[in-house]
Amino acid sequence: MAKFDLNDSGVVVIVGSGAGGGTLGNELAQKGVKVVILEAGSRIEMQDFVNDEWESFTQLAWSDMRTTSGSWRVAKDFPNLPAWIVKAVGGSTTHWAGASLRFAEHEFKVKSTYGDIAGANLLDWPIALAEMEPWYAKAEDKMGVTRTNGIAGLPGNNNFKVMEAGAKKLGYKSVHTGNMAINSDPRDGRGACQQIGFCFQGCKSGAKWSTLYTEIPKGEATGNLEVRPNSMAIKIEHDASGKVTGVVYADESGAMQRQKARVVAVAGNSIESPRLLLNSASNMFPNGLANSSGQVGRNYMRHMTGSVYATFEKSVHMYRGTTMAGIIRDEAKNDPKRGFVGGYEMETLSIGVPFMAAFLNPGAWGRSFTSAMESYPRMAGMWLVGEDMPQETNRITLDPKAKDKFGMPVASVHFDDHPNDVAMRNHAYKQGAAVYEAVGATVTYPTPPYPSTHNLGTNRMSEKPRDGVVNKFGQTHDVKNLFISDGSQFTSGAACNPTLTIVSLAIRQADHIAGAMQRKEI
Amino acid sequence: MREVDRRSKYDRRVFLKGAATTVPAVAIATSTGLSVSDAWADDATTLTPATLKTLVKMARDIYPHDFLGDSYYITAVRPWDGKAAKDPAVKSLINDGVAGLDQAAKDRHKLPYAQVQWESERVALLQMIEQTPFFQKICGDLVVSLYNQKEVWPKFGYEGSSAEHGGYIKRGFADIDWLPKA
Repeated sequence: MAKFDLNDSGVVVIVGSGAGGGTLGNELAQKGVKVVILEAGSRIEMQDFVNDEWESFTQLAWSDMRTTSGSWRVAKDFPNLPAWIVKAVGGSTTHWAGASLRFAEHEFKVKSTYGDIAGANLLDWPIALAEMEPWYAKAEDKMGVTRTNGIAGLPGNNNFKVMEAGAKKLGYKSVHTGNMAINSDPRDGRGACQQIGFCFQGCKSGAKWSTLYTEIPKGEATGNLEVRPNSMAIKIEHDASGKVTGVVYADESGAMQRQKARVVAVAGNSIESPRLLLNSASNMFPNGLANSSGQVGRNYMRHMTGSVYATFEKSVHMYRGTTMAGIIRDEAKNDPKRGFVGGYEMETLSIGVPFMAAFLNPGAWGRSFTSAMESYPRMAGMWLVGEDMPQETNRITLDPKAKDKFGMPVASVHFDDHPNDVAMRNHAYKQGAAVYEAVGATVTYPTPPYPSTHNLGTNRMSEKPRDGVVNKFGQTHDVKNLFISDGSQFTSGAACNPTLTIVSLAIRQADHIAGAMQRKEI
Repeated sequence: MREVDRRSKYDRRVFLKGAATTVPAVAIATSTGLSVSDAWADDATTLTPATLKTLVKMARDIYPHDFLGDSYYITAVRPWDGKAAKDPAVKSLINDGVAGLDQAAKDRHKLPYAQVQWESERVALLQMIEQTPFFQKICGDLVVSLYNQKEVWPKFGYEGSSAEHGGYIKRGFADIDWLPKA
C-alpha cells in the first residue's frame, strides 16, 4: 500500500472517502495519479458492522457537534443532529440504502422548466442529461445497479409486496424493486443480498456497494492511493498566486500535520465541505476559499422527505430484508397541476423498534404512541423523497460560539421549508396513505422528516462564476486546482436519491483532473 | 407466514440480578420478575428508593405497554441513580422534578404521584409538566432506555440482529400470504 510523504507536493489530496471522494480517489489511482485521502473517521470493516440500530449509530454516525436553526422540526427534536450521515472510511456509502436513480432531463434545467418561483434560488445546471448519460452508464456498471447492464432486480420483500399491491390498486404503473446498487447475484467479487435487513447499519455481506470495500481497496491495490483514517481536515492553504498548496489536518493523535498537494478535492458532504472552505478564509480570501460569489454554504438542500407507516390487521414484518426494497415512480414527474413543481419518489423503508420509537413522532408519549408501537409487526412503511427548492437563506455557516476539539468553529445548519416543499410533502403523505389504505390499512402515520441523509447544494455548480462555486467539472471558479467532489456541487436536488449522480460526477471529474494534470493546466 | 415468538429468551430475574448487588428474595421468588413494589431500589446511592419508584411509575405512564412487566421499566430508569451520583445538576433536576410532581399530585389528590390510583389521573398530572426540562429529560432518555432493551424486542414482534442467522433470505423475508392478488 502506498505511503506518501507529507512534503510530496505532487499528490492529489481528497478530503473524504464516501461516494464522491472514494470514487474519485480510485478513478485517479487507476489512471496513475498519486492520491492521499484524508478521512475524518476510522476504518471500520464489514465484519465489524453491527445489526443493532443504536450501537451502529454510535459506531458510524457523524456525531460531532453541530448547531441548527430554522423552522424545520429537526432543529427542535434533534438540535445537534441536523444530518444522519457517517464518519468512517467509506463515508455515507456504508449507511446508504443503495437506491441508484438517474436524474430526469428537466431536473438539470429547473430554472428553464419551473420558471421563477418566489423565494427559490433556481438555476439550470451547466450540464445536461445527454452529457451525463455515458457517466451514469459507467457508474451503474461500477456499482452493479439492478435493472441495468442485464442485472436482475432484487426479489421483493413483505414490505415491498404491501406497497406494490396498494400501488397497483391505485393505478400506479412504475412500481418495481428499484434500481439498487445491491447485488441480486454475485458480481465484482461480492455476494448476493442475503436479505439481512440492516442496510443502514453497514451491509455485513458486502452485497451493497460501498466505497469501503470496492473503490478504496481497488485504488490501494494500484499503489497510487493512500487512505489516512482519523485525519480531520482543518484548513486548506494557498500560495500568493491563490493556488491551493496543501491541507492542514489533525491526525489520529490530534497533532497537526500539513500534507502538500498539487490538487485538492473536497468531498466531506454538504455540511463539512462548505465548513472547510469557510474555515480556510485568509487575507486573500476573507469570506472563505472559493467564495467570491458568496454562495459557499448557501442553497442547502435536504430533499423534501417524510415517511408513511401503516398498520394492518395481519403481520407484515417489514424489517425482514432490504431496507429500501422497492419504489413507486409515478409521482416523480413534474406536474404543476398537483400544486407544486418537481416530483417525488415513494420508496419502501423500514426501521427497527429502537428507531421507530425515536423517529415515529419525536417527543410523543401516552397510549396513542404506544398503540402505534405495539402494531410494529403489522406495519408497512415507505419513505417519501422529492425535490426541494434551493433557497439562499438555507445555509451552512460557521457557528459564532461553538468550536470543535481543535478550536475550529462548528457548522451551523439553517433550514426552512419552502411552500413548494410543504405542498409536495402534504401531497406525498396523502398518496402514501392511500397506497396502504387501498390494501386495508387500519391506520396510517405521517412521520416527520428524519435528520437529513441527503445533504446537497452548498457549493453549487454554475455556468457563471457569480452564480455559484464550481464549474461543470466541480472545479472552483476562483481556484483552478481546488475541486468539490460531493453532493454539495448539486445545482438543484432532483426527486431521486443523489448517490448515483455523485458517483457519476466523480468518475467524470477524475477524467477531467487527470487530463488537466497531464496538460499541466493544474 | 413465520410469526415471531413473543416469549423473551432471557430470564429477567437473572438479568436484573447481574445489575443489582442485592436482589430481595421476594423478587427472586416471583415468577413475573421484579415489580415496582419490591425492594429493588434499596441499594440506590444518590436517589431515594421512593424517587426511583416514582420514576418507574412515571415511565409506565409515559410509555404504557400492558404486556411489559415493571422489570423493564425498572431497567430503564435505574441508571438515573448513577447519573445523579455523577452530576449534581442531574440529581437536582430529578429530585426537584419528582418533588414538583408529588406536590401537584397532593394538591389534587392528597396523595404522592405514585399512589394516585388511576392512570388517567396520573397522565393528567404529567400533561401539566410535559414542557418542563425534567419531563423532557425523562421522556427523551426513556424512549431509548426502554425500547433499546433487546429483551423487549420479541414482545414487539421484532427479531433484532439477523446477519448471524444468514439474514432473512430463507427465514420469511417474502412470506406474506394475505395480500389481494396483484
